[in-house]
Amino acid sequence: MNQSREQDPWLVRPASIRLLWRIFWAVLALTVALQAVIKVKGYFGVDGWIGFGAVFGFLSCLLMVLFAKGLGYLLKRDQDYYRSERGDD
Amino acid sequence: MIELLPPAFILIAAAILIGPTRGHLRTAVLLGAPLITLWAIWQVPDGVVSTLSFLDYRIEPVEGSALRRLFATIFALMAFVGGLYAFRQARWYELAAGYAYAAGAIGVSFAGDLITMFLFWELMALFSTVVVWCGGTPDARAAGIRYAIMHLLGGIILKVGIEGVVIHTGSVDIQPMLATNFDTWMILIGILINAAAPPLSAWLADAYPESSPTGSVFLSAFTTKTAVLALILLFPGETLLIWVGIFMIMYGIIYALLENDARRILAYSIVNQVGFMVCAIGIGTEMALNGAAAHAFAHIIYKALLFMSAGVVVYRTGFSKCTDLGGLFRTMPLTAICGIIGALSISSFPLTSGFTTKTMISQAAADEGMVAVYLLLAAASAGVFLHAGIKFPWFVFFQKDSGLRPKDAPWNMGVAMVLFAALCILMGVFPETFYRFLPYETDYVPYTAGKVLFYLQLLLFSGLAFFLLLPLMKRTLTISLDTDWLWRVAMHRVLTAAEARLAVIGEALHSWRLAQFAKIRAHGELYFDERMARRRAGVFARAWTIRTTALWIAVLLTGYVLVYIL
Repeated sequence: MNQSREQDPWLVRPASIRLLWRIFWAVLALTVALQAVIKVKGYFGVDGWIGFGAVFGFLSCLLMVLFAKGLGYLLKRDQDYYRSERGDD
Repeated sequence: MIELLPPAFILIAAAILIGPTRGHLRTAVLLGAPLITLWAIWQVPDGVVSTLSFLDYRIEPVEGSALRRLFATIFALMAFVGGLYAFRQARWYELAAGYAYAAGAIGVSFAGDLITMFLFWELMALFSTVVVWCGGTPDARAAGIRYAIMHLLGGIILKVGIEGVVIHTGSVDIQPMLATNFDTWMILIGILINAAAPPLSAWLADAYPESSPTGSVFLSAFTTKTAVLALILLFPGETLLIWVGIFMIMYGIIYALLENDARRILAYSIVNQVGFMVCAIGIGTEMALNGAAAHAFAHIIYKALLFMSAGVVVYRTGFSKCTDLGGLFRTMPLTAICGIIGALSISSFPLTSGFTTKTMISQAAADEGMVAVYLLLAAASAGVFLHAGIKFPWFVFFQKDSGLRPKDAPWNMGVAMVLFAALCILMGVFPETFYRFLPYETDYVPYTAGKVLFYLQLLLFSGLAFFLLLPLMKRTLTISLDTDWLWRVAMHRVLTAAEARLAVIGEALHSWRLAQFAKIRAHGELYFDERMARRRAGVFARAWTIRTTALWIAVLLTGYVLVYIL
């Protein structure tokens, strides 16, 4: 059905993906830079620091993904696990 | 007369009428009943409206308050949009079960006493099980049975608690309590089972994804949120709930990250979102309880929206696993956009309902000076964006080109999604209008420049983390074990092992019995079998026939007479 590359929607063309990434980086930088102008009211001191939300958000995600990955080795089973484990149902 | 009838009865009547009616009449019942219910809900004034006595107890089937009306409203609204979404695709018995299930939730919302609450509670358990079964597959049947066992068990525990409270306090009233004795613990545990709290969270992600595309929309809304309402009414400020909530939040994120099935990802994120509400109830201040109620309201809308979006995908493609899906935005733009709006709302992105409601909970934690709770909630917000906010739309609608080119949503499903998507945004843009309906008056201001900036940083950098860590999140054809492994596999193994042991013992007993029988038989033959006895015994020990005996007696008597005469 796909006749050629040009038929791909704009969103999945490599050039537009590169552009989107550039915009994304710019927006990320902007959210941190804006803290110079807009004061984030910290409730506990440290959460008012410049870029706290950025670092905290990124690190918590990193931690959660790694933790999930680790736990996955313990908990992940084949999708037919219960069927093969029971055999009777 | 009308004030004697709980609003829930309207939906029960509708559930009964759905079967016998046909065509446009059925559509009218389906779409009209929730609207009439909504009207009835707003006729309920504050305080106890009707009472009747039953076995010396004062039953209060309808008690109104801002909180109760808020929950009943969202349940009725959910029934309307769920009905609109489902009425052309779902079978009539699924619709009827869904409406009876919604009626149970509305009944619990207005229940003024524990007995009424329990009755509607069980109504929900029954008909939600039917909705799960309407999935129609062998897996749905099995999951439905596991679901029913769990909820009937939870119901019994709740009932034990209620009986205890009624006997020890003499009152069936619903009033705030703390888990201090056996009775209140039982009530708390019974409610928490319905809230999918640990260690019994597994039923939710087990059963919901097995239901039909339309059934999961109904399932996502009622059970866990009535549990949240019951917790607000019965256990506000029970500090244990803070940590139960935090655990649920983290559990939902981690399991959703490991999951491959799109609807199961959403199911795990229900546990995650209910965790926010449970945590807020544990904090227990007015701000926190407002946050819990507001978040429940917003959550039902965006979670149903997400399930509707996933439901359309399942309905059109027959697939629900991320590994089978991808690139659907090409032909399903409406479903994709609605799914993304739901995903942004659940992630509490500014200008969506999630932002205006969930931040109240964080605010409550900050106001109480709970540093750890506040930071964990912030980390969890980042995690929600990670596991539901991006993961769901990315793997379903973008990711790779799966080659699937399904049609977009049928019109009724589309309208239902657009309605809820619009509500997500309206509640995000005009929060003050919504705050007026909360149980406590509030002057909370969600949009301060600093707060918006903080959340934008938090969320956008979580987005960055997602795309950078994408290689670590490659989808695999797997499921993740949960505590239900203990009874689905471990207990099964123990039982089969025990059965095998018992079989060996039984075998041994059997052969021992046979040996004993043979022995007894041999003895018996020794004593009772005539031929054997005759062969073995000596001449005088033998049994003689009567003739011989008579002859012998005659001979002896003759001998005796002869000796006497002589």
